[in-house]
Amino acid sequence: MKRQRTAWLFVAPATLHLLVFALIPIFASLYLSFFKWHILKPARPFVGIHNYSSTLVEPKFWNAMWNSTRYAIVSVPLGIIVALLVAVLVNQKLKGITVFRTIFYTPSITSGVATAMLWIYIYLPEHGLINSMLSALGKNNKTDFLNDPAWAMWALVFMSVWTGLGPRMVLFLAGIVGIPQTLYEAAELDGASMLRQFWSVTLPMLAPTTLFVLLTSTISAFQVFTPVYMMTKGGPLDTTDVIGYHIYWEAWSKFNVGMASAQTFLLLIVIAAIAAFQYRIMKNQLEGYSVA
Amino acid sequence: MKILKGVISWFLLLLLGAFLIAPFAWMVFVSLHESKSAIPVMSKLVPEKAHWENYWTVLTMPNIPVARFFLNSILVSVIAVMGQLLISSLAAYAFARIPFRGSNFLFSLFLLSMMFAGVVTQIPVYLMMRSVGWLDTYLALIVPILSNSFSVFLLRQFFLQIPMELDEAARMDGATEWTVYWRVILPLSKAALATAAAFGFFGIWTDFFWPLIATNSMQMRTLEVGLSVFKNSYGGTNWPLQMTAAVIVLLPMLIVFLFAQRFFIKGVVVGSIK
Repeated sequence: MKRQRTAWLFVAPATLHLLVFALIPIFASLYLSFFKWHILKPARPFVGIHNYSSTLVEPKFWNAMWNSTRYAIVSVPLGIIVALLVAVLVNQKLKGITVFRTIFYTPSITSGVATAMLWIYIYLPEHGLINSMLSALGKNNKTDFLNDPAWAMWALVFMSVWTGLGPRMVLFLAGIVGIPQTLYEAAELDGASMLRQFWSVTLPMLAPTTLFVLLTSTISAFQVFTPVYMMTKGGPLDTTDVIGYHIYWEAWSKFNVGMASAQTFLLLIVIAAIAAFQYRIMKNQLEGYSVA
Repeated sequence: MKILKGVISWFLLLLLGAFLIAPFAWMVFVSLHESKSAIPVMSKLVPEKAHWENYWTVLTMPNIPVARFFLNSILVSVIAVMGQLLISSLAAYAFARIPFRGSNFLFSLFLLSMMFAGVVTQIPVYLMMRSVGWLDTYLALIVPILSNSFSVFLLRQFFLQIPMELDEAARMDGATEWTVYWRVILPLSKAALATAAAFGFFGIWTDFFWPLIATNSMQMRTLEVGLSVFKNSYGGTNWPLQMTAAVIVLLPMLIVFLFAQRFFIKGVVVGSIK
């Protein structure tokens, strides 16, 4: 009994912190979403579900949701495929391979702002790295990637593959290392080619890792903020106005705290739904494999 | 066949390595061009004369206190990381070593909270800070990050691997729970604590969203937010100085990372085992 009390004393500081800075804010968002409140003014009338009903008929809100969706739908699978291939590459027993692992991890730890500044430069129309390289190859291209509505979103997606590689690669690497060697030996006896081994042994055995990476990557893709704030400010023509940036704008430029809270809560619902959906799908698959 | 595979692997590794490193190298080269000079074309990327004075210019900018940003970032991250280590390791100890009622439920709340970035908690936390008058102070920068669910999780995983017999032996000798935590578990977990510290440090050092909202005076900005201020005040005009500032922000991180990278890679892996 005394141990029980001690245990609670040990977890008390962290739990208190969790309550105050994570759990209560989530419910507070729900509460605030029922009020019309300009943050600099004292008046705070209760408006019921008005913030929700007006958000749901607001084309800009749906545009932001759509932008977040297409950002996630392209950047997450692309990032996962690249990371998986890189993990297979760095899994080989070559001299100095750890140096490469470190290099491949580096972009992930660097400052988001500095990285964004760097990529603004890479995407510049005249002498940006990409267009300079294209003209060195004899192709004269002056696309202003970040200011071209057709390109801006994909420019952000491409950059996210670069910045997100590290942790994903390490996770897949750990997954690959954990696959029993006997499976490959059996496959080899059956005459399976390298490609076939990858397809029929490595991929299925990595299903739990993939679920974890997919889940965490999708959820963070829906909350992306810094690159958008630094590189496009939601533009051009709102083509990169993702939901994270949209809420920030609503709260800190228009100071509509109630409205922003309603949008936050809608985002939370979307995140929870995605998590539940992906978990279900992948779980069925996992069970399928363990039966087989 | 085996040689061919080796050659192809090396080729791909080098190509990818170049792709990941080239932007950094490019950044350093541009930072050494004369201040206010035009964007260098590829063939003139390496400057004829290296303008190291750019670094001094950025660090002593009269209207943008970069040195102060640096100080703020160091202060905030050192204090917050120490807080995180203490608070998180206490909780992790209870979760890993003491069976108590509600343990699983509580732990799953910690796991759940890892999914939410600042975007979803910003408004209530801001209002809270405003009501206690902490906005634009170190308290607003430090207190909301004094504990970290990821550290709780990471440390719990490590603590679980330590044989239970150690605790029991210590308790036989009359050790209290605190003594076991402080004298037995923590000394055996230096690598784990280093890993949690490395993750905490990089998370705080590169956090942009919360310091952006919680501070508004130039004196209270952290390096990450300060860098964005620097970028906005120099618009698209002075690329060499912008890249200089970016290098100043990145360099300390790269150095710390090179020392801490083995902890890092370990931490990512442990973090995925649920």
